[in-house]
Amino acid sequence: MQADCTLVAGARFLAAADRQRLIDVLREAGYAVHGPRVQDGVIRYAPVATIEDLPRGWRDIQTPGRYGLRQTDDARLFAWAAPAESLKPLVFPGREVRFTAQRDASGRLHFQPAEVPAPRQAVLGVRACDLAGLFLQDRHFLQGGAHPDEAYRRRRRNLFLVAVHCTHPADTCFCAATDDGPVARYGFDLAISELEEGWLLEARSHAGQTILDRLPTRTARDEERQEAEAAFSQAAAAQRRRLPGGDLPARLRERLNPDAWQAVARRCLACGNCTAVCPSCFCHAHVEESALNGSATRRLRQWDSCFTAGHSLLHGRPVREDTASRYRQWLTHKLSGWLEQYGRSGCSGFGRCITWCPEGIDITAEAAAIAGEEA
Amino acid sequence: MNAGLPREAEVVSRREESPGLFTLHLRLTDSAAQAAYRFRPGQFNMLYLYGVGEVPISLVTDPRETRHIGHTIRAVGRVTRGLARLQPGDRLGLRGPFGNGWPLGDCEQRDVIVVTGGLGCAPVTGAIHYLMRRRERFGHVNIVQGVKHADDLLWREQYEFWDRMPDTTVLIAADEAGPLWPWHVGRVTDLFDHLHFDPRHAIALCCGPEGMMIAVARQLRDRGIDPDRIWLSIERNMQCGIGLCGHCQIGSKFVCRDGPVFSWREIAPLLQVRGR
Repeated sequence: MQADCTLVAGARFLAAADRQRLIDVLREAGYAVHGPRVQDGVIRYAPVATIEDLPRGWRDIQTPGRYGLRQTDDARLFAWAAPAESLKPLVFPGREVRFTAQRDASGRLHFQPAEVPAPRQAVLGVRACDLAGLFLQDRHFLQGGAHPDEAYRRRRRNLFLVAVHCTHPADTCFCAATDDGPVARYGFDLAISELEEGWLLEARSHAGQTILDRLPTRTARDEERQEAEAAFSQAAAAQRRRLPGGDLPARLRERLNPDAWQAVARRCLACGNCTAVCPSCFCHAHVEESALNGSATRRLRQWDSCFTAGHSLLHGRPVREDTASRYRQWLTHKLSGWLEQYGRSGCSGFGRCITWCPEGIDITAEAAAIAGEEA
Repeated sequence: MNAGLPREAEVVSRREESPGLFTLHLRLTDSAAQAAYRFRPGQFNMLYLYGVGEVPISLVTDPRETRHIGHTIRAVGRVTRGLARLQPGDRLGLRGPFGNGWPLGDCEQRDVIVVTGGLGCAPVTGAIHYLMRRRERFGHVNIVQGVKHADDLLWREQYEFWDRMPDTTVLIAADEAGPLWPWHVGRVTDLFDHLHFDPRHAIALCCGPEGMMIAVARQLRDRGIDPDRIWLSIERNMQCGIGLCGHCQIGSKFVCRDGPVFSWREIAPLLQVRGR
């Protein structure tokens, strides 16, 4: 598929020297500003105070089972692929208290819902693949059934998203093949096209327009827009991986025979790294934590993974007894089940699951092998 | 209502059904909440034992009973063994009801076949009570119960009572019989020649071990019942009860939210794959 890399008309140009203004204006509007930073050997979202906190000149090197960083003299702040973590922890934290319970002297129980901090947060540098992942989380937590998740809704509502169209995909990326990138199409308030001389800015929401109006911009020139579009087209063309075509969900449904999954199961460690970094994985466990004297207890919700034995536990035994059945659950849910549940594939071409797999297992290659085609 | 927050309930009464199996009758301590509590047979509640955790347990009382909420529970895990120790007056947490329940409206004017296996009888007991108390609305009612050993048969006098009801057939099978076992020795499906139903108008409700339900559903389909009218109650790991935590998924179905009751047409392609 040829990714559409055109920008909408009407972009504004913000000179490189004025980029700090965006952070300032967001803070004045009451947002805590997060952005990509080099921390712990990776680029990840963290609070930022100045434009100097952003990863100027850094490149990420992501290959199956490998992640590395190197610095260049590139003046751009976003000339790298994708942060190590998705947006998921901002709306669906890895571990949080849901309620507390107390038992009084008469044996009565008192349940108290937990306070949900939902700060106004702006995130700079969000990729198209991450926006697709967030869209998937929205579908699950807000539109999945009769009981949407209130905590998710509150945090989500207070999120201001500044997308950056991608120019430097990693070896593991395949957003062009899933039609999610490299240009962000929806789900953001503001989007940045980064040039060496400055940023082209487009607003996609009322909140985004309000911020944009307060920045010292001018109308973007045609040649600036064309330069940006050429970089996005290159970013799309540079991607080598793709998921098998045709009716992949139907083909996967026909290949549920356990034998077909043994080869990948021999390499898969069932560690759950892929589910932790995946922007669409939503499974979570309920965990009880009690005071030693029994006077109080609290319910935690924490990320779970379908690669654990506990995930499918029924009457003391896992329904999915081996790694083959767990890998099958993960891959078929991602590439087939999601479509029936929420109207689109659960994969946005992020490739993080490939990078962070200790064995370098590649979802695109495994899907092709299972579906019976050469990768 | 916050579907994730338990409400306090009090144990009204406790009855030991057999070793390790007990029935609790509960009452929400907020009397307005108790008065407003409504459910359908086949639905379940999440019962919360203070400081330990939560388990999904199906409802066994009649939906017309509004004074209390009944659950028959087998003490098998950490939470259920703790629930087994609760006495009248003790408190616990309750969330629910969740799930879709049996299609009892669709049973009206039809011959009904209820097949249960092993310990699977609790989720359909509520449905059987429902049918029996509104007996005139249904055609011939067949109740088929299979157990592993004769000693596992619960509520024996209940089956004998149902057997004496008009236009009702009760068939019971044990893989291993004990002394003076008056019923069949073998599998429930051996008894299907003795069922009374018109396949064009019959409906089946089935609950029990998955392998047994699959065998039953195939037999009933082969005997002419439409796969849309063969209903199975499915069990999976359930932690939230509202289709969010992800544990109960089979294929694209969330058992807690889309089920736990599914038609054979819907669920057959999913159940026939091992380890889903």
